[in-house]
Parts: sequence; structure tokens; C-alpha cells
Amino acid sequence: MRYSGLRVLAEGLRGNRGWRPAWVRPEPREAYDIIIIGGGGHGLSTAYHLAKEHGLRNIAVLEKGYLGSGNIGRNTTIVRANYMLPGNSEFYSFSLRLWESLESTLNYNVMHSQRGLINLFHSDGQRDAFVRRGNAMINQGDDAILLDPEGVRRHLPYLDFENIRFPIYGGLLHPRGGTARHDAVAWGYARAASRLGVHILENCEVTGIDIEGGRVTGVQTSRGPIRAQKVAMVVAGRSSQVAAMAGLKLPIESHVLQAFVTEGLKPCIDHVVSFGMGHFYISQSDKGGLVFGGDIDFHASYAARGSLPAAEHVMEAAMTLMPMIGRARVLRSWGGIMDMSPDGSPIIDRTPVDGLYVNCGWNYGGFKAVPASGWCLAHLMAREEPHEVAARFRLDRFLTGHLLDEEGTGSQHNLH
Amino acid sequence: MLIPCPLCGPRDRREYHYMGAADYLDRPPPGSLPEAWDAYLHLRDNPAGRTRDLWQHECCGAWLEVDRCTVTHRVFGARLLTEARDAG
Repeated sequence: MRYSGLRVLAEGLRGNRGWRPAWVRPEPREAYDIIIIGGGGHGLSTAYHLAKEHGLRNIAVLEKGYLGSGNIGRNTTIVRANYMLPGNSEFYSFSLRLWESLESTLNYNVMHSQRGLINLFHSDGQRDAFVRRGNAMINQGDDAILLDPEGVRRHLPYLDFENIRFPIYGGLLHPRGGTARHDAVAWGYARAASRLGVHILENCEVTGIDIEGGRVTGVQTSRGPIRAQKVAMVVAGRSSQVAAMAGLKLPIESHVLQAFVTEGLKPCIDHVVSFGMGHFYISQSDKGGLVFGGDIDFHASYAARGSLPAAEHVMEAAMTLMPMIGRARVLRSWGGIMDMSPDGSPIIDRTPVDGLYVNCGWNYGGFKAVPASGWCLAHLMAREEPHEVAARFRLDRFLTGHLLDEEGTGSQHNLH
Repeated sequence: MLIPCPLCGPRDRREYHYMGAADYLDRPPPGSLPEAWDAYLHLRDNPAGRTRDLWQHECCGAWLEVDRCTVTHRVFGARLLTEARDAG
């Protein structure tokens, strides 16, 4: 069933009795050509691109919970391409271009809103760094505009410009940056993949990975064993546990990242805004809630809830930047588990086990990468060679020294 | 989260700096192969459950090895790194 305005109108007149489930729920087959472990954004995107770009059909996506129950349905939804290092720059630039055609490609409204992203700076040194970053963004083919304080004031009049400790020196505007409806991205990919014949198996937890003679042969699941020629682990948040099933140890430490939502308010924050002197970023959802977040809690954790010190830091940064936010009431907060890699960049690569692939280490920037991540892993699995924009996301780069440390903070997992 | 400093008693998490897994204690000897340094610096068991990791109590400066659970945030105990090293 194709979605369109006409369809909505016709269904409205017929009492909405014609809608069908967006994806089918088949029983597992005994064997597939390809199994994707993990039905989050990256896994679904991978399955969709394997089917769409490479014509493969015998594919299953195994999700241990329900679709959208992981980080794809719980994030601050920011989409941007403001990276600088070769290796990251072209990848996120490619991803943003995929975002811009995503809705027409999937025939699904993911509410992608290019409302503009403004990264604020508060010192001369920070301004120099943003000038350099803006130039890198323009060189990679994307857009960046340097704003002086008056320029920022025209966009964001509600900020505390004369803050004594952190006065606003200006901002870097990335007009094509913005947000998207996160769970709609999962639903849109699931629906599009399902229409191409991909099996999406929910409540199907992988409990073991079968390897014979150094080659993957299938997986054990809570719904029985399933054989496969190729298996990809796309389970950021649980990467270490799933990789351990194949006897692998990853350069990953898991950390919890909190996010917060206020009660619904009338439109007041039109952009995505980030504070330069404390880790804080905010946007307003289409429902009206202010969605914001900050740093990870800094210690290894699988507790899907945050601790108070990090929450306090986020609230302090919010009040410093935009005192008006003090009148809003926080409705809820949540904590998601992040794969933190030693250089802050992801991994899309083969593993030492033949036929077994890994996509992990998204730190807390995985959402914007969903389209390109799936595209590149699908390319790697179908053609057995890395896609050119993801060629540096290698598993062995920590051994060879080819790190992609965008922030330049060193090779410790919790520093990114 | 309260972490018991052997010198100062139970103190709030805010007083501590986090370093990472206790793997950092097993520094390879000079001249080790790159694989050993990669394992030491980067590769982690990253358990969802009981783990040992390194924290510094910034008030007294003591480095601790903390035995805790990453799922429940329950802390089972902490000892000074000097004691951990002597105990082996």
C-alpha cells in the first residue's frame, strides 16, 4: 500500500478501514542468505539497502524486543553533517544527502526538518576552531555560515548573551542540519524493507552465533536456530555481549547517556542549538516538548537510567544558556546505552570470522548516520569491499594507529 | 551512587574521577608487541554485570579499584590500588 495525501483523504472518507500493518510478521525460515542481528535504525537500514541496492531478498532482521524499542526510538533526533576529519567528513555528508531524499525513497513521512543547527561559541579560540570547522564543511560540499553575536541574536533572541561567565561570541549555522522523527525512521525502513521481502522477526533474541571452521553458519535464537551464509552484528548498546558469542573482544565500553523532555510548549525554539561551554544541545519537537541532552554519565554502565550528577550538569548548562527554560517543567528523562569507542568514531567492518560483519561504536552520534551506515554495511556485505565513504571505519584501526579522533581527546572510551 | 573510599568512608560519585576498566593495571612490559598494547589500551570485556574499574577519589587523591555492577550500579566494595597490587 502506497501512502499519499489522496490515500489519507480516501481512507478518511471510508472510516480508515483500509489501512494495513506497515510490515508483515512472518514466521522464521530455517535459513537465510543474510541475517542482520539488531532491528534498530542501522540494522533495518542495512537490510533495506541490501534489498534495494543489491537485489538481495532472502534476508532476516532479528530484533530481541519490539521494533523501535532501542536507541532508535530514544534519542535527541539531531541530523547534521558538521564533521571535519577525512573519513568522518565524507561519510556524514553522504548520510545527510540520503536523509534529504529519505522520505520520497521510503514513501514514509519521517518528519525530517532542516530547521538549521547553530553551534555557539564563547571565546576567541573557540571561534577560530569553528571557522576552521565551517571551512571544512564547505569544502566537503555542505553548508556553514559564521554568525556574529548580532547574527545569533536575530535567530535566537532568547539566549543570555551578556552572561558574565560565558558571553556569546557568535555561532556556526549549519542550515541543512535539523531533526527527524526518530521512531518513524525505524518504521519507515521496516515498512520499505518488508515490502521488498525482508523478514523482520521481532521478539527474536540471538543467544549464540554458530561458527564452523572459522566461518559463520547461523545463529541460535529464542525462536530456534536459523542458518545463514552471512551474519551482521548491528547491536550498538550490546555489541560486546553479541561479539562475545563469536569469541570476539571489541574496543568498546558501554556508557549511559541521558536525555530529557519538557511538557509540550508553544513553538519557541526554532533551531537545534548547542552550547559551547558545557555539553548541552536542545531542539523542540513537533509535539512541543523541548528535547535536550548533554554528556554521558562518564562511567561504564548498562543501567538504562541516568544518575543525578549528569542530570544536574545538563540543567545548569540549560539555565546558563537560556534562562527562560527555567519556567518549563521536565516531563521525563531516560538513559540509553552507548557503544563508546576509543576514538569516538564508529566501526563498519568485517571480523576475523568469515561471513561475520560488525557495525558498532556509534558513541552518541548514531542517529544521523542511520541511512549511510546501512548503505555502507550493505555495500560491504554484498560486494565484499568497503564503501569509499566508510573505508576508514576499520576494526583494526586502533592497532594500526589510524584513529579518527574528531574531538582530539585521546584514546580513552569515556572521553568522547 | 556512593563509593566507599578506604581512607575517607562512603562518598558521593561526584567526588570521584573515572578512568576505565581495571585492564589499565595490566600494563604490558616495554618492548611488547603492538597487539598487547592494543589489548591494554582499547579492547574491553565490557561486562553487563559485575566489573572492576578504576576511580580516583579527588578529595584525598587515592586511586581505587571498585568492584561494582554496571546494570544495577550497586557497589560491592573498593580497595586502594596499592593494596590491589600487593594482593595480586
